[in-house]
Amino acid sequence: MSTVTREGIREGTVRGRLGDSPPRPDGIAKVQGSFAFSGDLSSEGVLWGATLRSPHPYARIVRIDVTPAWKIDGVAAIVTASDVPGKSTYGLISSDQPVFASDVVRYVGEPIAAVAADHPETCRRALAAIVVEYEVLPALTDPERAIDGSHPPIHPDGNIIRRQRIVTGDQSLVGEVVVEGTYEVGMQDQAFLGLEAALALPDPGGAGVELFIATQWLHEDRAQIAACLGLAPDKVRLTLGGVGGAFGAREDISLQVHTCLLALRTGRAVRMAYSREESFVGHVHRHPAKIWMRHHATAQGRLQRVEARVVLDGGAYASTSSAVLINAVTHTQGPYKCVNATVDGYAVRSNNLPCGAMRGFGVVQACFAHEGQMDKLAAACGLDPVEIRLLNAMETGDSLITGQVIENVAPVAECIRVTSELPLPDTPVGGLDGDPMHLPGGAGLTADASHIRRGIGWGVSIKNLMYSEGFDDYSTARCRLVDGVASLKFATSEVGQGFVVLAQQIARTVLGVDDVVLEPIDTTIGSAGSTSASRQTWMSGGAVDGACRLVRERLFEHVGARYGVEPVRLAIDDRDVVDTLGSLRVSVAEAGAGTVFEETFEHHHRPTEELDENGHGNCHTAFAFVAHRAVVDVDPDLGLVKVVQIATAQDVGVALNPMSVTGQIEGGIAQGLGLALMEEIVLTDGHVRNASFTDYLLPTMLDMPPVVAAMVEHPDPMAPLGAKGVGEPPCISSTPAIVAAIRDAIGKDLHRVPVRPADICL
Amino acid sequence: MADTARQMGVDPLPDNQYYVLHVNGAPHEVGDAWIGESLLYVLRERLGLTGSKGACEQGECGSCSVMVDGELVCSCLVLAASAIGQEIVTVEGIASPGRPSDVQQAFVDCGAVQCGFCTPGLIMAAHALLDRNPQPTDTEIREELSGNICRCTGYGRIIEAVQQVAVARSQR
Repeated sequence: MSTVTREGIREGTVRGRLGDSPPRPDGIAKVQGSFAFSGDLSSEGVLWGATLRSPHPYARIVRIDVTPAWKIDGVAAIVTASDVPGKSTYGLISSDQPVFASDVVRYVGEPIAAVAADHPETCRRALAAIVVEYEVLPALTDPERAIDGSHPPIHPDGNIIRRQRIVTGDQSLVGEVVVEGTYEVGMQDQAFLGLEAALALPDPGGAGVELFIATQWLHEDRAQIAACLGLAPDKVRLTLGGVGGAFGAREDISLQVHTCLLALRTGRAVRMAYSREESFVGHVHRHPAKIWMRHHATAQGRLQRVEARVVLDGGAYASTSSAVLINAVTHTQGPYKCVNATVDGYAVRSNNLPCGAMRGFGVVQACFAHEGQMDKLAAACGLDPVEIRLLNAMETGDSLITGQVIENVAPVAECIRVTSELPLPDTPVGGLDGDPMHLPGGAGLTADASHIRRGIGWGVSIKNLMYSEGFDDYSTARCRLVDGVASLKFATSEVGQGFVVLAQQIARTVLGVDDVVLEPIDTTIGSAGSTSASRQTWMSGGAVDGACRLVRERLFEHVGARYGVEPVRLAIDDRDVVDTLGSLRVSVAEAGAGTVFEETFEHHHRPTEELDENGHGNCHTAFAFVAHRAVVDVDPDLGLVKVVQIATAQDVGVALNPMSVTGQIEGGIAQGLGLALMEEIVLTDGHVRNASFTDYLLPTMLDMPPVVAAMVEHPDPMAPLGAKGVGEPPCISSTPAIVAAIRDAIGKDLHRVPVRPADICL
Repeated sequence: MADTARQMGVDPLPDNQYYVLHVNGAPHEVGDAWIGESLLYVLRERLGLTGSKGACEQGECGSCSVMVDGELVCSCLVLAASAIGQEIVTVEGIASPGRPSDVQQAFVDCGAVQCGFCTPGLIMAAHALLDRNPQPTDTEIREELSGNICRCTGYGRIIEAVQQVAVARSQR
């Protein structure tokens, strides 16, 4: 097993500046299997930890008896709520979730106790031996019952997590054309491959603890962990363990407090690692949503007013539900001009699984609804899907229904036009040369190939970047330059997206160096904020860029003094410092030989504000846009779908690493396809019915079509490197594009994702 | 473990029971092991070969793929003790020591690696595919590697990496 080391990632002599696509510095270790993920970490004398969870969606805990578990050889610790030394609850926005349930359990899978033992099998047996007596209570599983007040509060904070209205402009306007619909989105799982895992090492005497953890935000984790452990934050040190994907599921605390608590209790190193089944209840999910919309337009198809009612099921605890709701309600108009709106949104509590962040964060749900509406509007006005979208496309200077003016580059029409010009697939309907692998359903007993129908559909979206509503989600980075080698320090979670290679590219570009050493990602530097909300290229990219620029200023001052040249005349050209008005040229390595240049920089985005009671305010930081066109083949007899191609043009600002951007586009589309056709956590009365990869279906290589992608590049003056975040947009409008293509193929009104075979053929 | 097993009414292995697995060309002793341990668990936790990953525990995702007597298998579904006497090759043994294989290098060069958790399994599956079928079509690549789930990449760069290796090998 991998032993924890303090070494960062060392870079060789590969050149790769901004705009190039150099290989990622962790790539070779990852293909060789030597990259240490958090679940690969161990330590001498380590114990395994495991969690006892509620089998009921809602019940009172009458009695917990852990004594039978103590009789099992190899058990070293058993902890319950009474063993939590600090705050008994945690949470990202409101601290409403118990570390361990003590009086009431509110969802299936809620932690009640944890054990540490010598072997995972011993842990399993110890958990089975703990006796918990419950009084089962009637569960709240219908979000509407939370809104209408017909179910008693299941939590002291009440059943409504947040309500937000947006009331803008003419409230009585009725368009010449009016279309309405109700749209539903199922509960999607992030399904990262690297399961939750952590290693905790206690300080002698329990004075503190060190945690190696796969997370999206080290400093936020630290604050929540320290509070629950009753320790000062500086007594809790976090280092990023290798992260096997995140997609929002690692924003919230899962096993962090439990692992530390067991380590402190036993005075020994403790590892915890969730199983896949446990992971399905061990982290938050994408909110299931029910959204009603009514669109008003002129007879020519110009959008005049949007009405919407948005209901998000937040599950048992608040997590980020209030922020997800704000994203959903403020994106109901989509990337279209609209000045009148009547929107009412609720995020509610229930005894279903807690929901929170997943890639797209509320905008996925809103987009599925507004894009369905735009197609209905097009049909009612006699326009095609492209015409209606071009007619209403938002531009820089337009306002959101919140009154916020879009100041970013907003190439909505260009994204649509570029997408429409991308080649359509040359594959004939039903596949190539009669190869059954290309049929919907593959080579099984699918219907007659002559029954297959092809459809084309569109989806276009707007996505806010960075955090909203007054939150200052800054990022910190430090750059050190010694003898022509740069080293970078930041706490930015690398979850697979490739910030580690981008950071090196920035340093090479600013400083003219080849070698960029990345120091360990941990809490010994200021916060980087979360790897969420498509924000790290902008925020941590801005912080690294700022730190490198400050170091370059120090270098120029040093060179200027040494050679008698005004520093302002100096510039970096390839690997050299040059005098732009003279003949001086000296390599960066030689220019700074023997001197250490070090600077730290915090990047802050512009301030935002909270929405008022009418939903007005400049609540978001920035926006990105994307268009998707889907081509599908549908078997109407069996209700099976083969996605033949996805075409997309995405507003990226600047592609700082085109290969990484392509990876985000293709990967995001795969998750959008999953939501459109395959992925849903099925709950019955609060119980999960498909907590495994056998039953929760993820797109494989056979499900993913070729992606034809274009990057629309207009550097955004507001972005530190001109680049917008690119992670979330691909998974937002790809889903409605696929559903629109199925509607186009079979002429049926589909209003729920994932689209099930029965929705198509019955 | 033996005492624990007896208490739970499960037949234990004697504590000093041990067996030998042949992994990456060398014998490895496994001592004091519970008989219920999977090959994946023993590789990772007893032999220190953490390159093989566990992500589903039921053979759906392919992250734990290894070769056993030349067959690509999910090591999470194989009991370690049942692989006694068989030749096991893991991602740590697929290339010459210290140098990435052509498949490994192509994955890095083509952008087929993001979080990297599925990568070792895909490296094993891609090697198995190209050894058996040196010039696979796009459809053959998709079908042969459809037992390996990747959540990050959407597969486009992985397919490109496999195609690049196929072309390079044909030109050798």
